[in-house]
Amino acid sequence: MTNSPATEHDPAREAILDAIRRAFPDPGPVEIPREYEPAGASVRSLAEIVDRFAERVAEYRATVLRTTHDGLSRTIAARLAERGLRRLVVPAGLPLEWLTDAAVERVRDEPTLSHADLDATDAVITGCAIAIAETGTIILDAGPDQGRRALSLLPDDHLCVVRADQVVDGVPDALARIDPRRPLTWISGPSATSDIELDRVEGVHGPRNLTVLIVGG
Amino acid sequence: MTDPGPVRPLPAPSFRGTPPFPEAARRALADDQLRTNLRRATMTIRTKRQRAVDERADWEALRVAGAAIKDDVLARLPELLVELESNVTAAGGVVHWARDAAEANRIVADLVRAAGASEVVKVKSMVTQEIELNDALARAGIAAWETDLAELIVQLGDDLPSHILVPAIHRNRSEIRDIFRRAMGGAGRPAPAGLSDEPRALAEAARLHLREKFLRARVAISGANFAVAETGTVMVVESEGNGRMCLTLPEVLITVMGIEKVVPAWRDLEVFLQLLPRSSTAERMNPYTSMWTGVTPGDGPRAFHLVLLDNGRTDTLSDRTGRQALRCIKCSACLNVCPVYERTGGRAYGSPYPGPIGAILTPQLRGIARHPVDAQTASLPYASSLCGACFDVCPVRIDIPEVLIHLRGQVVRQHGWRARIGSDEALLMAGLGATFRSPRRLAAAERGAGLAGRLIARGGRIGRWPAPGMLGRWLRFRDLRAPARRSFRAWWRSTGSGEGQGQ
Repeated sequence: MTNSPATEHDPAREAILDAIRRAFPDPGPVEIPREYEPAGASVRSLAEIVDRFAERVAEYRATVLRTTHDGLSRTIAARLAERGLRRLVVPAGLPLEWLTDAAVERVRDEPTLSHADLDATDAVITGCAIAIAETGTIILDAGPDQGRRALSLLPDDHLCVVRADQVVDGVPDALARIDPRRPLTWISGPSATSDIELDRVEGVHGPRNLTVLIVGG
Repeated sequence: MTDPGPVRPLPAPSFRGTPPFPEAARRALADDQLRTNLRRATMTIRTKRQRAVDERADWEALRVAGAAIKDDVLARLPELLVELESNVTAAGGVVHWARDAAEANRIVADLVRAAGASEVVKVKSMVTQEIELNDALARAGIAAWETDLAELIVQLGDDLPSHILVPAIHRNRSEIRDIFRRAMGGAGRPAPAGLSDEPRALAEAARLHLREKFLRARVAISGANFAVAETGTVMVVESEGNGRMCLTLPEVLITVMGIEKVVPAWRDLEVFLQLLPRSSTAERMNPYTSMWTGVTPGDGPRAFHLVLLDNGRTDTLSDRTGRQALRCIKCSACLNVCPVYERTGGRAYGSPYPGPIGAILTPQLRGIARHPVDAQTASLPYASSLCGACFDVCPVRIDIPEVLIHLRGQVVRQHGWRARIGSDEALLMAGLGATFRSPRRLAAAERGAGLAGRLIARGGRIGRWPAPGMLGRWLRFRDLRAPARRSFRAWWRSTGSGEGQGQ
């Protein structure tokens, strides 16, 4: 997609910019007081941060499983079996040792799966870019162990592996560490709605079941 | 995938034709079901919000920062918009500028046609309601499918939204079930047989109904919660995943955003991502937030169009007092605490922006700073008891009562008392004006009031009393303290102090 150089002479553009300047002709500088808790202010230890993350994710009614580097593959296999999941979408860069014990059909996104193909799978497993303890949030940035955004959207079960060292304490900490130029998806619990009498129901369009597997910590 | 058959746009009702607020409110007040639904819903969300806000010891500091960032945006809007444009363009997006609703609608309809599509899926967006995009698309033969659950309920019910966050807040579960049973079939996959009114079952019905639309849609339309000038990143917050579907699956994504939605820096999101979810859905974080910068090859839409909309925002910006309304991040906390909104519901405000924020935003977007407005618009600044609860909860510290009073002044200057309020208030104000202008008349009025008070008051109070006009209506619900027997001025004169130094 190329942009037309004619943008510079768009009459609507010029008119709007002019109207703004006329509406607010001599604005002075605005000082922004940032007295709130900034990035890096947390005094919690990593263990405390990871515990807090686990607790807050669980409060969204996601399933939280804690394991170790060596136990991860068995934990994943057990979870897949428990949920009765058979066809698992696997991003191209997912560490293969995560699935050593899993007895499922692996669906790879090479060549690119159609949306209908993806819709016909049971589950997806991904890593993540970073996670936030305070809000129980995982952030995907379409890295190699996550794949493109559609992969973690259409299957009804999402298993997400979070390493303890990926968990930060607060929202400012996370923003300081992620790259805005990548496509980002922040996930806090399974999809939900409160549109009917403000009664929270988990599971509308996104994956209705979210399993977060925390490794270490 | 079943063949959708010929796609027919659904009707898109309009707020045009809503009567002035007092009349619309009277009708809403007569609807017991509406009031029950609203009372329950607003009470629930108020309690939840307070809990979510109390968790953050630095809440006040976040509010102050949020307000200042938005003020900075308003002060530097031209440079920030140009910076946003250049970064979106550099990342492969295309930026369009629209002076008003008609221009924005034309741009969007042309883009949909150019993509060869006759239908679009939509993420919930306030701004596309403001410009009545669905109606414009329907006239162009394009079907627009709302995918947010509440928006779907409103659309299938041939209804108007009544809340910013929960547009179907006026509907209870059994009404929603009836709408789904009746209307889903006409728009696509029908409701499952024997659909119950359990929220879980209703959500499942929406999932099934919309999934086929998500999978076949080639064009999606969204709004934007924020757009970051320094990176060109656009962001949408949501709960259900319908947003992710629309932002990820179609080939073409068209985002319409008001020019005030730009923020300067990536870092600024650390403020708004804490303020917005806690104020809005009363959660630590909403289930899904999507952020994208232009297009990413192999991931998501192949074409991204960003439409920057004025539509009255520069008029609003021109008002020194009123411009703070443009800080609004559309959280809807002010609706949920408003005693007026809780009783009348949102549709009485005659705009997609209801409640306290709507009462100050709608008149300004409709140009009250520049020219007289219609009677419905002129009634909005009066749709408040000025209790101030809205200011207390506003995450960006918009002083809504201050702007309401300011706009009332504008209405009066433009329309005169008589046109605006009816003759008795006009008469009263004219009388008060004449009285206060003359010390002699004021003294006479004070003597008269003291005498009248002695005649009418019981136990120092004037209660229900069949006075004519406005005074009688006022006294039906309120007591008035009896006027003093002797006025302060009369007493002051009697001490002889009026002639000295006043010490």
